[in-house]
Amino acid sequence: MDGKIDVKEFLEFVYSFYKTMRDHQVALVYEGDVTHQITKAFTSLTEANMESQMEDPSTQKKVFHVMVECLQNISKHAEVIGAETVSQHKDGTGIFLLSKGSENYNVTTGNVLLKDKVPVMTEMLDSINLLDKEGLKTLYKQRIKEGRLSNKGGAGLGFIDIAKKTGSKLYYHFLSINDEYSFFVFSTQISRNN
Amino acid sequence: MEVIKIIGTDDTPSVTLDANNDLFEISGRSLPEDVAAFYEPILDWLDRYAEGPNDKTVFNFKLVYFNTASSKLLLDILLKLEEIFEAGNDVLIRWHFPDDDEDMEEAGEEYADIVEVPFEQVSYSMD
Repeated sequence: MDGKIDVKEFLEFVYSFYKTMRDHQVALVYEGDVTHQITKAFTSLTEANMESQMEDPSTQKKVFHVMVECLQNISKHAEVIGAETVSQHKDGTGIFLLSKGSENYNVTTGNVLLKDKVPVMTEMLDSINLLDKEGLKTLYKQRIKEGRLSNKGGAGLGFIDIAKKTGSKLYYHFLSINDEYSFFVFSTQISRNN
Repeated sequence: MEVIKIIGTDDTPSVTLDANNDLFEISGRSLPEDVAAFYEPILDWLDRYAEGPNDKTVFNFKLVYFNTASSKLLLDILLKLEEIFEAGNDVLIRWHFPDDDEDMEEAGEEYADIVEVPFEQVSYSMD
């Protein structure tokens, strides 16, 4: 931001950003490293907001749950373009969005991932979306029994659990960044009428 | 045996493991930054306890929230209790859930399906 034109452009951007957020009913947005502290701060802020708005307790718990799993997905699985080794990026980086409409909350995340992971992710998300409640419970039990914690501390249960708790489909999209990386956008809904 | 007494925080549960006083309980919230490190001493304690358990072990779970990473470690605790039960000792799991929390009730049902150990669901009121 050096030079007058850049400043004016930036200030105008702020207004259009504000309008876009309002149009999409965005309650919380963040871009950056997703650390444990960030996860705690966002969930407790959202909890306090829902509490003061007297949101249904069951909705509150589900939103909290989905937020934690989504933020941990970024924290554990997001890639950083150009990073040579894992140790260079301890916590993953991405975008996190919480929006609130009259009927639903939406939790949306976006992060970079290696292109060669796209087929596996697509297959996993599609297979979860085909299952009903009972099917999800069965898959969850099977996974937790077989599963081991990965070296990143994930149990591989996050998406199944999100689908099970929300009863909503897992919406996703992959956008190509270059030959090596894609951008993964994930979104799910929590009904406010439980 | 030594006593484990951990005071809970907003992201780690309270834990009491006290064989002499028959107190075995995990309660509160579980989403530790490093789940494996948090649960390791608890699992180690249970390994030692399994070598000479009390005649009856009533283990209380009274969690209000746990993330999926914790769910795997909770299963590991239940599997240790299953071992103690299968070795011929009396073991009872009491899974407490807030009476308006279907998801926590369901989590108990799922664990009860997975482990072969006497399992009791107990609802309580948050008021």
